[in-house]
Order: sequence, then C-alpha cells, then structure tokens
Amino acid sequence: MTVIVSDTGFAPEDFNAPITPLAEAESATTALDLAVDTNPAELGDRLGGVTMIRVDFPSSADGRGFSIARQLRLMGYGGRLRARGHVIADQYAMARRSGFDEVEISEALAKRQPEEQWIFRANWQAHDYQARLRG
Amino acid sequence: MYYYNDFDASFVAERNRQFRAQVERRIDGSLTEDEFKPLRLMNGLYLQLHAYMLRVAIPYGSLDPAKLRQLAYLAERFDKGYGHFTTRTNIQYNWPQLRDVPEMLDALAEVEMHAIQTSGNTIRNVTSDHFAGAAADEIEDPRPVAELIRQWSTDHPEFQFLPRKFKIAVIASDTDRAVMKSHDVGLRIVERDGVRGFEVWIGGGMGRTPMVAKRLRDFLPRADLLPYLEAILATYNRIGRRDNKYKARIKITVHENGLDEIRAQVEDEFPRRRAVFGGEDQALLAEITAAFAAPAFKNTDPAPYFAARDADPVFRAWSDTNVTAHRTPGYGIVTISLKAHGATPGDASGDQMRLVADLGETYGHGDIRATHAQNLVLPHVPLADIPAVHAALKTLGLATGNIGLASDIIACPGMDYCALATARSIPVAQGIATRLEELKIEHEVGHLQIKISGCINACGHHHVGHIGILGLDRAGVENYQITLGGDASETTAIGSRTGPGFAYDEIVPAVERLIFAYLDLREGEEETFLEVYNRVGMAPFKSALYDAEARAYAAE
Repeated sequence: MTVIVSDTGFAPEDFNAPITPLAEAESATTALDLAVDTNPAELGDRLGGVTMIRVDFPSSADGRGFSIARQLRLMGYGGRLRARGHVIADQYAMARRSGFDEVEISEALAKRQPEEQWIFRANWQAHDYQARLRG
Repeated sequence: MYYYNDFDASFVAERNRQFRAQVERRIDGSLTEDEFKPLRLMNGLYLQLHAYMLRVAIPYGSLDPAKLRQLAYLAERFDKGYGHFTTRTNIQYNWPQLRDVPEMLDALAEVEMHAIQTSGNTIRNVTSDHFAGAAADEIEDPRPVAELIRQWSTDHPEFQFLPRKFKIAVIASDTDRAVMKSHDVGLRIVERDGVRGFEVWIGGGMGRTPMVAKRLRDFLPRADLLPYLEAILATYNRIGRRDNKYKARIKITVHENGLDEIRAQVEDEFPRRRAVFGGEDQALLAEITAAFAAPAFKNTDPAPYFAARDADPVFRAWSDTNVTAHRTPGYGIVTISLKAHGATPGDASGDQMRLVADLGETYGHGDIRATHAQNLVLPHVPLADIPAVHAALKTLGLATGNIGLASDIIACPGMDYCALATARSIPVAQGIATRLEELKIEHEVGHLQIKISGCINACGHHHVGHIGILGLDRAGVENYQITLGGDASETTAIGSRTGPGFAYDEIVPAVERLIFAYLDLREGEEETFLEVYNRVGMAPFKSALYDAEARAYAAE
C-alpha cells in the first residue's frame, strides 16, 4: 500500500485506474507513468486526453522530476500530476511549487516521516520568491 | 545597498526554523544520513577534516559595518577568533559545534545574512565585481542584477537537487575582476544600440577539467534574464550527467553535447519560460536598483593624500598597489590585504573585522566588499582620508601593500582543514610570501598572480594563476605541480603544466627560480610576468625550473 500526501496530510490511494508506462502507452491512454529521464517536450502532441501523470523519483537527491513537472505545466498540462517514490517531506514544498498536486510515498517512508512532518511544509504558498517574481 | 524587506526577513526566519527541525529529525532518525546531507549542505554546513564548517554567504561580496561586526562576533563566540574569506566571497568558520549552528544562523539573520546555498548541488552565492559602483570603467552597477538573481535562485523549487553545483557571476565592464568566464554561467551587462542587455557565457569552470566559458548569446534583452536562466538550468537539470560527479558540471554537458545543441535546447525551452514572466521581476529589479543608488559623494580636497605620498615612502608604496582609481574625482578604492607575509591568505580576526567595519563606517560611506582574491575593499574613500585609513590599518597588521603582487596569493584551505585536500596549501602560500619578503623583490617583480589549490577540485583557482600550483598526493607524499600562463582576467586562459611536480620543501625554491627567470627575460619593468610568458613561451621557464635543479644535483 502506498500513501498519498496532499496539503491536508495523508490519504489512501484513490486513483484506481491503471497507470501505463509511457513506452507502453497507446493513443487512448489517459494515465501515464514517466521515468525520471523523460524529456517532456517529446510528449507535446499526446497530452490532450491525459488526465493523470505520475513522475518517478528514484532518489531524493535527483531533482529531475521537479523540472519535468514544471515543463508539463508550462506545456499546458492541466490534469492530475503526482510525484512518486523517494520524495522526502523536506521536498514537499518544492514538489507543489513545481506543479505537482500530490506525492505518493511508500508505507515505510510514511512511517519514518509521519504526517506532521509533511504538514509542517504544507505552507508552501508562503515564503516563495518565485511567486514574487511572477506576480 | 540592498536591505531586507519583510518578505526576505521572514523567509530567512522560516528557513532557520525548518533547518532546526531538520537537525532534530536527523537525530531522531526521520531523516537518513543520505537524506540529511544535501539539506545541511544547502544550508551551508559542511563536515570537514576535523570539525563542522559553516560557510556564510556574502552575496556579491557586499557587506556593511553591522554585517561585518556580526561576522566578527561569530568568529569570537563560535570559532577560534577568526574567519576565513573564500574565493566565492563567502566567509567560512572552521570550528563551530553542530549544536551551535542554529544559533549562529539566527545571529546572522539579525543582520540580514544567511548560509543558504553556499554548498550543495544548488545555485551558489552569486558573485560580482568587487569594485561595483566604484569602478571607472563599468557601464552600470552590476549588483542589482546579482541581487535579483539571488532572490530568484534562493530556494528555487526546481533547482535544489541539480546534477552538481552551479555558479553564476555578473559583471558590467570590459575588465573582468570576477573571473566571469570560469563560471557555469557568466553574465556581462552590455549596451547595444542604446539598449542594455546581457552577454551570456556558459560552461566555464575549474576543477579537474578546466574550461573557459563559451558565448551562448551575444545579446539577451534585460527582461529576458530570469526566464533565460531558467531555460539553461532546466536543460542542465534534465540532461546533465548524474552517473559521475566529476562529469556532472554544465561545462561537461556543454562539451559532450556541443554548444550548438545546448543552445538549441535552451532556445526551445525559453519561450514557455518567458511567457509566465509578466514584468513583476522587472518592477522588483527597479526597486533593487534604487536601493543601490550611489552614496552622496563629498567634494573634498585630495591634497592631504598627495602630501602623504610625498612625505611617507611606506604610504606611497602601499597606495601604489592598494589604492585604485575611483570613478568620482577626489575618491579612491582601498583594497585591504588579508595577505600579510606569512599569514593565512583570507583569514581575518574578530578585531581586524571590527576595525575594517569602523573604517568603512567612518570613512567609506558604510560600504565594504569581500573579493574573490580573499581581500577586503573599502570602495568609496575620499582620497584625503586614505592616510588616516592606512594609519589605522597598520595598528592591526592590515596595511600590507601587496595587492596584485606575488604575495597576494589565492590559496584554498588545503589539508589543514579540508576533507577533500590531497596536500597543504596554506603553508606553501606562507612560505612563498615569507621568501618574497626576505628577498624584498616583489615590488620590482610587479603584477604576478600565484594561485594554490590543495587538490584537483581547484578551489584555489590554480588553473588561472600566472603561476598555478596544484598540490597532489603521490604515494602518500605531497607533490606540487606547476602551471604557467593562466589568466583570470577578461583574456581568460588555462595555464599549462611545466612538467614533473616538486616536493613540499622544493616548491618555494622552484617558484623563486621562476621569478628570477622572469626578471632575466623581461624587456623592461613594464613587461609583466604573464606578458613575458606569452612572448617567450614555456621553454626558458622550464629550463629555469628543471635545469637548475639538475645542476644543483650535479654539484653535490
């Protein structure tokens, strides 16, 4: 079981449709799994019908996923966007500011970094230099 | 000068609150060591050879008396009474206790300072020209742009876990006093057809693979700066190598992909980035620029300065090297050497810092700078007051007249402090400076930059030293390689290796032989060491280095 983290804290998985790796996706696929080495620019013409994208974080030291999220949002993707894997509570604000809606973590990580440590960073809209620079 | 608004102040307070919690969560096991390490690094906390080290950011090298006095307080309260100014215009405290670090950060916040992004795989402290706002040759003060970049890069959500560290410098004159082309991104403010914008340079760096930056854009309109930087960083974040930390800097990304390919990817990313900047950043830049308005310069008679030069040969010699022309008549730029012969380059005691703070307050419009060459600067001093400044500096050993001379050595901390070092740097710098003082020749030798690194990472900038020294470990023994012809100025060049290295007790005599060879080779006093090297090449210097040694052996 995985734990879904949002601004209100922990919740169980509520997305029950299959999520397909990009390499196996067909034109009718609406939920995509992206590896961390995906170039979002290559998704340009197939984002239309997609409603869920999940981006893999193999390690908390690997920040590629943050740029992937930002690029997807700048390309106009408005569907659900989830970071999944080794994302730590300290990165929750970065994930939200980059365009992710939520983070999916393992039960083990949720146990080691319990809900209050994520709630501590749920104030991601405050103290944000980027918001001041973009209005 | 820029002062924090409420947003900046509450940001730093919140950040310190977060870091306190991170330290506690490391202790209670919520964070693993691997998870905690990047978090402490992005807050300036290193684990060194003997202890923790806290690296405090001095954005674009700009200080005021209150900030410098607080740095003095930190040195005395939490360290051994001194701090170490670095080649990125930061200051390092080498002996803090881990439990004191949150308190140190709070003390820094009191004077609008922090240690954020002085380490880690983040966008580091942005550097600039240490003569900004005073130099006669700049087209504008580059610090407002540097401050804008500081705000944009601070806690940028996409770029806290880059493949490797990322360094940006901003200059605004033809003369490069910031080693701009040795940065991941170097910006030069230029004017074209009456409009200000930027030359953008990319992929410079030192380290084990030194590279001179390449020009990515001839002219970037002013309002495009932040989205263009974002396009560069997003491209680097996506394709920069993460499999090998020695190939992870953007200089390697540029080298492996080619400048044209990088440019194509950056330009492709740029329009989407540009579209979401609606002008708020430019309004903020206008506010910042107003904050950096020049001080109200006084109209004073410079006669006392020239009288002191005529009367006192010591003052005359010091002012020849340590006073630079100011753009305002009647003013001078005073560089305070932290390179007393035999001292540790870049170290300053609490008392010394307080003295400089007092002098800046009394004589220098409250403006003080740290330089990448590990010295301090009072950028705005009326010429008439410079004799008094010099007299005060003498009382605490700060009146060394050697700026730009051979003993004004850049040296990394080396094996005396650094966990990465393979050899000592500081004692080599001390040995060279002490020998130059014994010989009394450095004024005759003139402009000569010696730069020393204690390992391949090149924090001592040895690649761009006229004489560069790299300390290595050869089977457990320190060995020092020499490079010649490096150039840290606007004509940036990487030095070439002379040949086999020298043992610890041989490196000072080897440098001495190079200096005497130069004196023999030059066509006149005006021809500098670097000019001679560029004219005659390596061979005569090599001969002086190695043939002399061979002769000495033969004589034994």
